[in-house]
Amino acid sequence: MSMTLVQVVVSGLLLGAVYALFSSGLTLIWGMMNVVNFAHGDFVMLGMYTAVMIWTALGGGPWASVPAAAMLIATLGIASYFLLVRHIMRGPMLAQILGTFGLALFLRYGALWTFGANFKTLPDDLVGHSFILAGIRFEGARVLAGVVGLAVTLALHLLLTRTAIGSRMLAVSEDATAAQLMGIRPQRMQALAWGMAGAATGIAGALIATFFYTSPTVGETLAIVAFVTVSFGGFGSVLGALVAGLIIGVVESLSAYLIGPVYKDVIVYILFVLVLWFRPQGLMGKA
Amino acid sequence: MTRYRLLQIVLVVLVLAYPLVVAGSPVWARLGALVLLAAIGASAWNIVGGYAGQVSVGHSVFFGIGAYSAVVTYTYLGLPPIAGAPIGMALSVLVAAVIGVPTLKLSGHYFSMATIAVAELVRVLSSTSEFLGGAQGLGGPPVPRGVLDLSFISATPYYYIFLAVLAGLLWLTHMIERGRMGFYLRAIKDSERAARSLGVSAGRYKLYAYMLSAAFTALAGSLYLTMFGFVDPESGFGILISVKMVVMAALGGAGQLFGPLVGALILVPLEELSNSYLGGQGAGLTFVVYGAIIVIIARFLPSGLLSLFQRRRQVTSRASKTVDGHAD
Repeated sequence: MSMTLVQVVVSGLLLGAVYALFSSGLTLIWGMMNVVNFAHGDFVMLGMYTAVMIWTALGGGPWASVPAAAMLIATLGIASYFLLVRHIMRGPMLAQILGTFGLALFLRYGALWTFGANFKTLPDDLVGHSFILAGIRFEGARVLAGVVGLAVTLALHLLLTRTAIGSRMLAVSEDATAAQLMGIRPQRMQALAWGMAGAATGIAGALIATFFYTSPTVGETLAIVAFVTVSFGGFGSVLGALVAGLIIGVVESLSAYLIGPVYKDVIVYILFVLVLWFRPQGLMGKA
Repeated sequence: MTRYRLLQIVLVVLVLAYPLVVAGSPVWARLGALVLLAAIGASAWNIVGGYAGQVSVGHSVFFGIGAYSAVVTYTYLGLPPIAGAPIGMALSVLVAAVIGVPTLKLSGHYFSMATIAVAELVRVLSSTSEFLGGAQGLGGPPVPRGVLDLSFISATPYYYIFLAVLAGLLWLTHMIERGRMGFYLRAIKDSERAARSLGVSAGRYKLYAYMLSAAFTALAGSLYLTMFGFVDPESGFGILISVKMVVMAALGGAGQLFGPLVGALILVPLEELSNSYLGGQGAGLTFVVYGAIIVIIARFLPSGLLSLFQRRRQVTSRASKTVDGHAD
């Protein structure tokens, strides 16, 4: 394997870890209460703007913006749950699409109104310069994003599968009434899920902003990636989102390198449709 | 009952005379045409999304096929764009069968996600295709060569063309609604398993609904092209095209004959008026309001605006039943 190919795979993995992180919030919500959040991409967008604002106002880097974005988007998630989602989650699926898409427009154009339509970028050397290790070139911002993305996604997975609070959340997602009889408050757990999903999404946004342009409509593109990652990995499975994110990241950068940048999305979508065809529940979803 | 009939007649006259009523204002005539065009798209979606309950968020595939078929017919054959409409409809039915056979097996959100992915795939492919003009797209006849090019300065002819198509589509939908297929689709929507156990070949009827819906969505795309004279990957296959169809139908009332029209009547003016009156800096604010209105309707009327009237009708019919019961 040539060095370039290794380089391509490594950058694909780093990108994939970020995909995994910003998709894990979506999969958590989807699995917990069978709601698809069409505003998810716009949550990421607001996380990105948080990073941009913190840099322009205070000159702070990711060390400041990541926790700030996590808290801010977690609050937004919890607020969305109590004000909107709680009321529409038992309704028809169309009401969920209608409600969360309305929320998406609200946030997207709120951002346009507040920040303007211009693309904003953070300085290249905010996270540190690129460096060469074992013959592979690494960009500081992408390494940070990839490593934090991997760590937070894994932490979320462990939290859901290995802790008492995770078991409680799982119980609510399996059967909210039975969980209530066991002394678990479903609403509290669901609000917590929205908070955790929001925090993960905010972190992802703040990290993406360090190497990607920020604009009010960036969420639309990101949301499609998240939908694909989540359906690919299997709904409700954070581990599935992690594996799917990494696969998509690697497939994207490999096909961009081997076939051409235009076709990277084509390959990913074809792969996705094939997975759905042969394994409708996704890689790690429950049938 | 007579009052109801009178109301119907007044509404029909109003719809027919609308362009004459607003004759002085091209903005309003155009708005009327745009509402009808959006209603055609959303009503076409309604057949599979509303009645059959298969929420496709990738109907832009068919809209784009319709629009591109029309423009390709003009560009490569020199025929009037509208001549491409039957081609687009036939092609859409074929594509719907190809997409539908594997994806309609998926349930709920998975079907929606799969349709999004397919639509995105088609969008990306169309932007790399030189035949379709790549990312720049293709344009229709710059100067009308005859009436058949359907290129008018005034919006009034479009209004009547769209009205005729919408009336035809709604009539067809009404016939389906009342017929055997309508019962099957409602049964599938309520519980596919129960419908299957009663002998409804659910897969086949879902596919029929999907193909029919695709054909009319393609027609909406072709009509769009005759009015706007231009299509590119974003305006043909973009995800917003699909989402708007879903949102309009859901807002008015999915699975109801006039639901999509009601949705279009509300959303299109909101969007158009905000575009024309608040260009530039103010544009964001109106879409904020637009989003907020959608959220509020989803929150308080999850089954769409028409459910307001339906609820009342149910109450009255229940009341009349009790009266009948007492009479017995």
